[in-house]
Amino acid sequence: MSKVRLLVGTRKGAFILTADGTRKDWSVSGPHFAGWEIYHLKGSPVDPNRLYASQTSSWFGQVLQRSDDGGATWAAAGNTFAYAGEAGTHQWYDGTAHPWEFKRVWHLEPSLDGADTVYAGIEDAALFRSTDGGQSWQELAGLRQHGTGPAWQPGAGGMCLHTILLDPTNPQRIYVAISAAGAFRSDDGGQSWKPINKGLHSLYIPNPTAEVGHCVHHVAMHPARPETLFMQKHWDVMRTDDAGENWREISGDLPTDFGFVIDVHAHEPETLYVVPIKSDSEHFPLDGKLRVYRSRSGGDAWEPLTAGLPQANCYVNVLRDAMAVDRLDDCGVYFGTTGGQVYVSPDAGDTWNAIVHDLPPVLSVEVQTLA
Amino acid sequence: MTIRVELPQHLCQLAGVRRQVELQIAVPVTQRTLLDALETAYPMLRGTVRDPATQRRRAFLRFFACQEDLSHADPDEELPARVLDGAETFIILGAIAGG
Repeated sequence: MSKVRLLVGTRKGAFILTADGTRKDWSVSGPHFAGWEIYHLKGSPVDPNRLYASQTSSWFGQVLQRSDDGGATWAAAGNTFAYAGEAGTHQWYDGTAHPWEFKRVWHLEPSLDGADTVYAGIEDAALFRSTDGGQSWQELAGLRQHGTGPAWQPGAGGMCLHTILLDPTNPQRIYVAISAAGAFRSDDGGQSWKPINKGLHSLYIPNPTAEVGHCVHHVAMHPARPETLFMQKHWDVMRTDDAGENWREISGDLPTDFGFVIDVHAHEPETLYVVPIKSDSEHFPLDGKLRVYRSRSGGDAWEPLTAGLPQANCYVNVLRDAMAVDRLDDCGVYFGTTGGQVYVSPDAGDTWNAIVHDLPPVLSVEVQTLA
Repeated sequence: MTIRVELPQHLCQLAGVRRQVELQIAVPVTQRTLLDALETAYPMLRGTVRDPATQRRRAFLRFFACQEDLSHADPDEELPARVLDGAETFIILGAIAGG
């Protein structure tokens, strides 16, 4: 029988939650790396027992962990992320030039082709790749050096490269997103890059339709339609059907279109999930009600999903990497909150249950569907 | 010579060691050669005490020995004699930070 393994990164360690295909009874393992911030963990699609984890600390810096047995044991891999050549500068919050400085790894994206190849999105924003299982890292410097880099500015959470999407039909195509620079695409395996932000409209920057400067919070893709992307921007939910050449807004009837997460149903490429958050100054759900919104039409028309979710006095947030979907026949949807809850819906969002209530604030959720 | 080094809890867990480790270091023994030896003996600690790019002590870590704060000492200055002769431990300490 199939089973699922949830990889949960929190402010105080990693947790691994497992269940069979019914997704009713869960085992909880952890905390792994107790006391450390675990920004992200993710398993290789080639070898599900190969996991990578980003372990960070204000005291001790960055550690990169790797497991070869599904998270039972871990070993530290390489943690040197050296910018290629002259690091240069980007814009600081006050508009002055600020040197690029490595701070932490936000997101790890294992390759679709081999377990030893993995991409890392870091703060200050850059994309790195390892081809030796995380022992050594090389920057794909064409992203930072394609021309707009000196104009990038950090968002409130830092200038992080938080989204990496690999096109399963074209190994040369990679999408990334950066707060607060925008979305970018490479069609040559990461050597050269172009901004793909046409159609984004951000009122909080001097030029609302600028080529870069948009605070993209997360981007999702269905593997069967890699030219269609869905974006939760700071404000606005967007989609593109031409690999980012043009974006259009699909916020439609959402009660608020601010938020962080966005994801796509595993088997229905036009079924989307977001968690609307009240505003950029009040990072909690509208009216104290935790509601996932689902669109079955690729956006514009949305329905609230509330069964099993708190509908009063709920003031948690759901951060950008804290939603995932499994690949079981009845698609499971998962998300974690800054209040330490991890919710599962085993029926594509119709009903929800809290797997755990009291973890540290959740930074990321990934799920592996195992045979 | 044998130098005893005390590590903060998180680094003990990361390295899989008890509170103290012993390092064999050739003279002259300085902060730099001690940290080099620590990272050689325990590669998983690379970058956790010193920033890998600048080789400077991480801001929230402090170095103590013989009742003295050595955090701002020259990294190439020889460590106190009582650390060298094994009577005292070189302490790497996480600073108290927070509310």
